[in-house]
Amino acid sequence: MCASVKYGSRGPALIPRMKTKYRIYYITLFSVVLLGLIATGMFQFWPHSIESSAEWSLDRRSVHDAPLVRIPMSSPIPERGDLSCRMHTCFDVYRCGYNPKNKIKVYIYPLQRFVDEVGVPISSTGLSREYNDLLSAISDSDFYTDDVSRACLFIPSIDVLNQNSLRIRETAQALAMLPRWDKGMNHLLFNMLPGGPPDYNTALDVPRDRALLAGGGFSTWTYRQGYDVSIPVYSPLSVEVDLPERQPGPRRYFILSSQTAIHREYRVELERLKEENGEALLLLDKCSNLSQGLASVRKRCYKGQVYDYPQILQESSFCVVLRGARLGQATLSDVLQAGCVPVIMADSYILPFSEVLDWKRASVVIPEEKLPEMYTILKSIPHRQVEEMQRQKWTSVNSPLFLPLIPPRSPGFTAVVLTYDRIESLFRVITEISKVPSLAKLLVVWNNQNKSPPEESLWPKVAVPLKVLRTKENKLSNRFFPFDEIETEAVLAIDDDIIMLTSDELQFGYEVWREFPDRLVGYPGRLHLWDHEMGKWKYESEWTNEVSMVLTGAAFYHKYFNYLYTYKMPGDIKNWVDAHMNCEDIAMNFLVANITGKAPIKVTPRKKFKCPECTAIDGLSLDQTHMVERSECINKFASVFATMPLKVVEHRADPVLYKDDFPEKLKSFPNIGSL
Amino acid sequence: MQARKKYVLLGLCTCCWLLLYYWGGLQERLLGLLTHRRGEVVRPWPNWLDRDLLPGYADQAELQNAGGPGDSPRQRRQSWAGIYKDSRCRMDTCFDFARCQGQSSFRVYIYPPEKGERVSESYRKILTSVVESRYFTSDPREACLFVLGIDTLDRDQLSTQFVPNMDERIRGYPLWNDGRNHVIFNLYSGTWPNYTEDLGFNVGQAILAKASLNTEHFRPGFDISIPLFSKEHPQKGGERGWLVRNTVPPRRKYLLMFKGKRYLTGIGSDTRNALHHIHNGKDIVSLTTCRHGKDWEKHKDARCDHDNQEYERFDYQELLHNSTFCLVPRGRRLGSFRFLESLQAACIPVLLSNGWELPFSDVIQWNQAVIEGDERLLLQVPSTVRAVGTDRVLALRQRTQMLWEAYFSSVDKIVLTTLEIIKDRVNSHISRNKFMWNALPGGLLVLPEYSTHLAHYPFYYLNLGISPGQEFTAVIHATSPLVSQSQPIMKLLQVVSKSKYCSQIIILWNSEKPPPHRSKWPPMPVPLIITDGRRKTSSRFLPNAAIETEAVLSLDEDTVLLTSEINFAFHVWQSFPERIVGYPPRSHFWDPVKKAWGYTSKWTNEYSIVLTGAAFYHRYYHHLFSHYLPSSLRALVDRTSNCEDILMNFLVSSVTHLPPIKVAQRKQYKEMPILQGTKMAPWANPEHFTQRQECVNTFASWFGYMPLVHSQFRLDPVLFKDHVSVLRKRYKDLERV
Repeated sequence: MCASVKYGSRGPALIPRMKTKYRIYYITLFSVVLLGLIATGMFQFWPHSIESSAEWSLDRRSVHDAPLVRIPMSSPIPERGDLSCRMHTCFDVYRCGYNPKNKIKVYIYPLQRFVDEVGVPISSTGLSREYNDLLSAISDSDFYTDDVSRACLFIPSIDVLNQNSLRIRETAQALAMLPRWDKGMNHLLFNMLPGGPPDYNTALDVPRDRALLAGGGFSTWTYRQGYDVSIPVYSPLSVEVDLPERQPGPRRYFILSSQTAIHREYRVELERLKEENGEALLLLDKCSNLSQGLASVRKRCYKGQVYDYPQILQESSFCVVLRGARLGQATLSDVLQAGCVPVIMADSYILPFSEVLDWKRASVVIPEEKLPEMYTILKSIPHRQVEEMQRQKWTSVNSPLFLPLIPPRSPGFTAVVLTYDRIESLFRVITEISKVPSLAKLLVVWNNQNKSPPEESLWPKVAVPLKVLRTKENKLSNRFFPFDEIETEAVLAIDDDIIMLTSDELQFGYEVWREFPDRLVGYPGRLHLWDHEMGKWKYESEWTNEVSMVLTGAAFYHKYFNYLYTYKMPGDIKNWVDAHMNCEDIAMNFLVANITGKAPIKVTPRKKFKCPECTAIDGLSLDQTHMVERSECINKFASVFATMPLKVVEHRADPVLYKDDFPEKLKSFPNIGSL
Repeated sequence: MQARKKYVLLGLCTCCWLLLYYWGGLQERLLGLLTHRRGEVVRPWPNWLDRDLLPGYADQAELQNAGGPGDSPRQRRQSWAGIYKDSRCRMDTCFDFARCQGQSSFRVYIYPPEKGERVSESYRKILTSVVESRYFTSDPREACLFVLGIDTLDRDQLSTQFVPNMDERIRGYPLWNDGRNHVIFNLYSGTWPNYTEDLGFNVGQAILAKASLNTEHFRPGFDISIPLFSKEHPQKGGERGWLVRNTVPPRRKYLLMFKGKRYLTGIGSDTRNALHHIHNGKDIVSLTTCRHGKDWEKHKDARCDHDNQEYERFDYQELLHNSTFCLVPRGRRLGSFRFLESLQAACIPVLLSNGWELPFSDVIQWNQAVIEGDERLLLQVPSTVRAVGTDRVLALRQRTQMLWEAYFSSVDKIVLTTLEIIKDRVNSHISRNKFMWNALPGGLLVLPEYSTHLAHYPFYYLNLGISPGQEFTAVIHATSPLVSQSQPIMKLLQVVSKSKYCSQIIILWNSEKPPPHRSKWPPMPVPLIITDGRRKTSSRFLPNAAIETEAVLSLDEDTVLLTSEINFAFHVWQSFPERIVGYPPRSHFWDPVKKAWGYTSKWTNEYSIVLTGAAFYHRYYHHLFSHYLPSSLRALVDRTSNCEDILMNFLVSSVTHLPPIKVAQRKQYKEMPILQGTKMAPWANPEHFTQRQECVNTFASWFGYMPLVHSQFRLDPVLFKDHVSVLRKRYKDLERV
């Protein structure tokens, strides 16, 4: 629950996307103002001496306007972080009242400037740009609340991102002074650089009672699983340098080491690897001839040759991220941004967001001891896998009916017949379908508002329940409504003029559907083709060797797809279909193929169907404009789905003994394909 | 912003600055003015005017330096080993990786049982699973991992199965080494009234594979939480999950159910004593009884009689079948049998067990299968589960089934999962990623030694949104010596090499005679490789480094097929790369008279086997065949020179839970044997057929169930035998077969 908050807010926080145009403009503008003020000694006019009691309005919005708070020397210090804390022991769930969206509320304390008794600030930097961006992102999110009594999580505005800039004792006292601190319960601290010399603890050293910690550089001994969150160490280079996106593929170097603070023992190992494998490895270090400062952080050297950092990261397939004194390394952020596959060697390190991210898919984690084998290990990774790692994002289709199940034959299927007013034909269809052994129920969707269905006594007598559902509007999408009356998983959608299907064919279709319950299993097959001349998709109803759609004039499918069609159809497709009185079947094919990634199954040989496409326009014979419209549908739907989900196959399903020289009476489905 | 505006503003600023020089108070008004010009909505966290002047949280040089290189790694590792042991054990510090190096690196040794040692039914099953696993070794010198022969499952001192003097006995083990590289299985720890995590002996640096583990005592990345299972839990195979269909809407008769003991006192009573509050008698059935233990009447309260009465009205099994969610509250200990029961029943578990480290939490993403509640928020549970939408219920429910069948349905699976998790840690760079553990068919069927790349496996193509490759490798199994150029194999080579999808042909030479000289083989448009099968039938499915394509076309030397039949079957395989796709169908059936499985090659309306004499499958199955299946089954195949094709079908169906796919009309894939003169083909021998019957039964008993599934359809070309001009048909040849 807690993780989701931080997860939700991390995107914008770590990659602040401020419009650079504005940014540059305001930087120059305020530099002028501020420099001027300092130069002329006007700084004294700045309201930095206002006491915390003073009313602080939003109008005066400079960080330096924040009220000053003096910490008494004797102010209590919180206890050190409790390593046994878990959500159920150290977190007050009662503050996180239940609400239907399961959204928890986050409160941010207003900014204050804490100083000790003699007026020295508790932090050498005060509010940092990164922490401000992070709080802004939280404040912009749905989780934010300004009502402290509704809040579930509290975020202090005391910036503890970098422990080195903090006075530990005073910071702890400041935390304890927060009005809702209450032993740190439900408080969340963000820290990217924990520990300090010489031993560099792997979690923030500031005593913090029960507060949760989102930290960069946790080790397995300081990380409280399910309570803390491991976050990456943010690298400011990611906003400063705009790296072009590189396509996955081979790079100039195989392995690159760009870190400057690598322990001598490891550097010796790396140099040995370099000796063995030559050009494949690029082993960079600080540039000794460059002066300290900004230039040096953007340059790396090898034997006097100078390389631009982080650009050089894009020239290598793998980039080494070794632990230093700290486990979390900002290099990891640079490497990921450059699209280089990180090779992480930091024993006991809890990788960022490891509870939700599958790091093995995006990186190679090697125990430090195996550094000498690094080259061999990396060489054994297939090229295609390296490319997938470089891509860093994975498209994946997750079918909602993913479990391989072959549902039992009973209780059969429900036939849903869409009709308008062709009574005679409808009755013939009903009579035919009623012969199918696995038919459980017949639903007639009566789409004619001007005419009542025939009296009950006139309907054919069938052995299964028959129900007529009158619709309010003559819409094609009515046929796909998830009626409560459909009590089976399997639905047979059938038009009122499909009289040529035999009972064997229908029963066989149902048997095939049982083996493919997540697909459309139908009789008339159709194909979509790319029209090179017109540069768009074309609908094909001729006798082709391929199939990518089956018409729902006669098709089995799972009732779940009725839900999807009615409630989850993307864009305006549903309205388009109802407005054009056409293409509901194509839309259904798109929907199912898109969500499952699978082709439909055409069953049994082709028959001379009486142009099933024409039912929509009722009675008219094959009409050129109608076909043109169906091509348009394909193009329209492909643009709404932003892809062409339909899959083309060359097969259809027949009974195992179809057309075999075998006694007909021993065949389960002898009457297949007869005209 | 336009340049002119910019200059105007800059000018304005300069003016202001001059003004400020004389009149400081104006600055605030100026700032206000500028803020309004930005025209942004006032946000709760202010848009600081001087935001861009804020310092970075760390100096860039400081970041890149990251505190310097730190201590000597060698020294650090040494000092770690001294500090981080016992309750702070991790693999890095308490496990001796040096024991697990070399070719067959991961071997498990079991201490021999001592004379007269009594071992519980459950522990016996665990030991059997280890012995029958491919990691077992009887030589302690080559072992990476050690399992005790002493039963440590029940460490409740009041239990009859409690083994005393553990410390003393363990110290007697020469290889104990303070528990390093040992794994200790445990289901029950502690005793009345506190049920602590204490096992009653010093486990030292041993890995705990324990049920009801508490997150506080759990050593992450070291211990393994296992599920609590009953002594009736099957050794292998195991029942399938109860979900047979995905009904829509997915809600069942009851929304939420619980039926179990109510503790009036002691640990766990906080939750158990409150469960009756959510009972509404309609869609939420939460029944508790006081009637358990010897002296329940002593503690009995006002509710007891009424509750006990209500309790009898509902049947637990009926509730399991008909409830959407099942409450799984803690008992005295954190885990309960209920957890596996609801998982199997596809009743989505709602956990009320604060601090429970869920089974195999290292690898299983439980939030996809269960609802993790909080004991403190019991009264919110009804509204929480009511708010779970249709899609999520469907997904959660299917996931319970996937996990049940992949990791929990038998003791074998539980033990193997434990071992595989440890193995993944030992060979961390050749291990399964989270996706492999959580996608079908589950981590146990993914052997990372084969590849760590998802696209190299037959079952992830759809998830990855990619298709298998456009080429195949034909593997021809040759057993008879080459004597004439008119032999069937010559014709077969021609036919196969003509397929545009064929990238190479491998002849697996299994004849008594040495393979003929290269010049005897006809010239081929594709590479032809002859490999020596050493006259072992199982060599047919040995992983062969020469196979470069994902698709393998397996053929017998006398198979008769057309090139277009091969092409069509290959196209079908590309749509079903996780299945066997081929021509010769066979079927299994249950013979109620013999009370055994039967095998038939007769033409029937359904089939469950497609013989590998003419079939496509994914090359990964070679790897599974040779490394996942036990050597005993491969030995059977070699001894009888038979059944390898049936075994392959068992294997693939156990992975997919689906039947193979028969393509097109051809069923007879060999020439009928010529009656006089020549040697009879082995498959025409009646004994051969009896053997196959026996094979089916042997295989079914190893798998613990019958994995084969029947299918009633075959896949034909779309226009097969349709009344349309043959010129339109892509596979017209198939109609002449």
